Amino acid sequence: MTQLALVIDLNVCVGCHACVTNCKQWNTSGKAGPLVDERPYDKDPTGTFFNRVQTFEVGEFPHTETVHFPKSCLHCEDPPCVPVCPTGASYKREEDGIVLVDYDKCIGCKYCSWACPYGAREIDEKQKVMKKCTLCVDRIYDETLPEAERKPACVLACPTSARLFGDVHDPESEVSVAIREQGGYPLMPEWGTQPSNHYLPRRKTRMKIHEDELVRVDNPLKKEGRLPRVDENESFLEDSASW
Amino acid sequence: MHPAFSVIFLTTLIGAGQGLFLALMTVQAYADIGALTLPDGSYFGANSMIALALLVAGLVASFFHLGHPERAWRAAAMWRTSWLSREVIALPVFMFLVFVYGLLHYLGYNPNLFGPDAPPQGELTYLVGLLGVVAAFALFICTGMIYACLKFLQEWNTPLTPINYTLFGIASGFTLATVLAAWMAPELVTFYGGWAIAFTVLVFLTRGASLIRNQRIKHRSTLATAIGVRHAQIQQKAQGAMGGSFNTREYFHGRTAAFLKSVKWIFLVLVFPLPILFLALGLQNGSGILLGLAFATQYLGLIAERWFFFAQARHPQNLYYQTI
Repeated sequence: MTQLALVIDLNVCVGCHACVTNCKQWNTSGKAGPLVDERPYDKDPTGTFFNRVQTFEVGEFPHTETVHFPKSCLHCEDPPCVPVCPTGASYKREEDGIVLVDYDKCIGCKYCSWACPYGAREIDEKQKVMKKCTLCVDRIYDETLPEAERKPACVLACPTSARLFGDVHDPESEVSVAIREQGGYPLMPEWGTQPSNHYLPRRKTRMKIHEDELVRVDNPLKKEGRLPRVDENESFLEDSASW
Repeated sequence: MHPAFSVIFLTTLIGAGQGLFLALMTVQAYADIGALTLPDGSYFGANSMIALALLVAGLVASFFHLGHPERAWRAAAMWRTSWLSREVIALPVFMFLVFVYGLLHYLGYNPNLFGPDAPPQGELTYLVGLLGVVAAFALFICTGMIYACLKFLQEWNTPLTPINYTLFGIASGFTLATVLAAWMAPELVTFYGGWAIAFTVLVFLTRGASLIRNQRIKHRSTLATAIGVRHAQIQQKAQGAMGGSFNTREYFHGRTAAFLKSVKWIFLVLVFPLPILFLALGLQNGSGILLGLAFATQYLGLIAERWFFFAQARHPQNLYYQTI
């Protein structure tokens, strides 16, 4: 079985919001109609987004670290939002594990958004239906696009390649290898939702130098400094044996 | 969570409707074993219609919660998995049974299905009423489980939630039945009033238990698990948008902690001691106004109680929306 998902590398994300912008652009121009924006240039602007980049500060000054944290639907393997939907508008696709909303069936009761611990679902206040990340389902299977572009809009936009896209059930896929080898982890594992999207942790590259490495082992005088100069008048083996 | 008045009215109104119906069936059950004299059919007919009116009002209120009320019929589809869907089925079934029960009583059509000499429990109204009792409890459980089944809303995720919904409904229904009896069947006032006080005391115990439970709740999700960084000190600096969003509106009550606390004390006073006092006084001097006041304060208190129920629940998604 296939489970498409994103793997987001927090070590690489610079918090530029390019994924947010490209996500909004692609998903507001699709067949499902625009993603609402209310008062975009006015006081209290608001709107529906599938993807947001948040910023957290870890630690206490001066030992702090800034973590940019892109957040979207995690396409859980056991999505709590799906069984609670009274109409069946929320569903998880058998073939690729994408969690979707059928906008024609949704009654806008918002119960699924209550049932998502991550707050990944946002209602469209104009269309009055629940919306969420589709993993660009209208893009990744579009054969009119060149193969390299059949990826979610956020993945294509990321200038630092912090976002990987692939099948997390295939152990040899790029995403599975990244999760396995770079310590990929799910969010809020305590609720058993088994998110398919994973995050790669912040990593520090540190060089460990032992004290004895600072002193040359082959230093005959056991101290640093220029080697003694050779006496020019001294005779060498080469002098006598140069026949 | 943000308390929606549509849902507050839905749950309090249908709760009172269910409780009123259960009160009627209690009288019929007592009458059938000879402990009470059965009032006439028009009493049952009128009270059933009042219960039905409350259920209809609740149903109407619920439509205001929907973005697409015209598609509401679809909500019956997923009854295998969704408590909301089950509620959507249980409510009309119960309404139908209340209607039939009231109509049969009003028309006086009450043949004994097991023959003229069979015990009165075989009467048609009794059997329809029993089905109604089953439906009423099923509806209480559905309503409560809608909230209790969400495991990460830890304030709701307890058996006390459906128990409280059930007992609040029954208590307010019996209080309403007392008021109506003062008007239509004075001989039943003491019977209903006694039960109303008993159920109000009972729900005080269970709601008190859930309040104590929620006060010492330890939330399992923290910012560390929310973003997966193992550190005791994490602060949000930006939530990704300068303006508000659905996430900042739907999951916050938007009031101060002091307001929340005052609503708690308001409902604790309005739902429990005041109605009991008014009921006791009303029963003593037979004053319909005092009994009416008992129901009015209790219902008002229940609106505050439901508001508090929603506002108190802390959704883990709020961890992601703490600073602009």
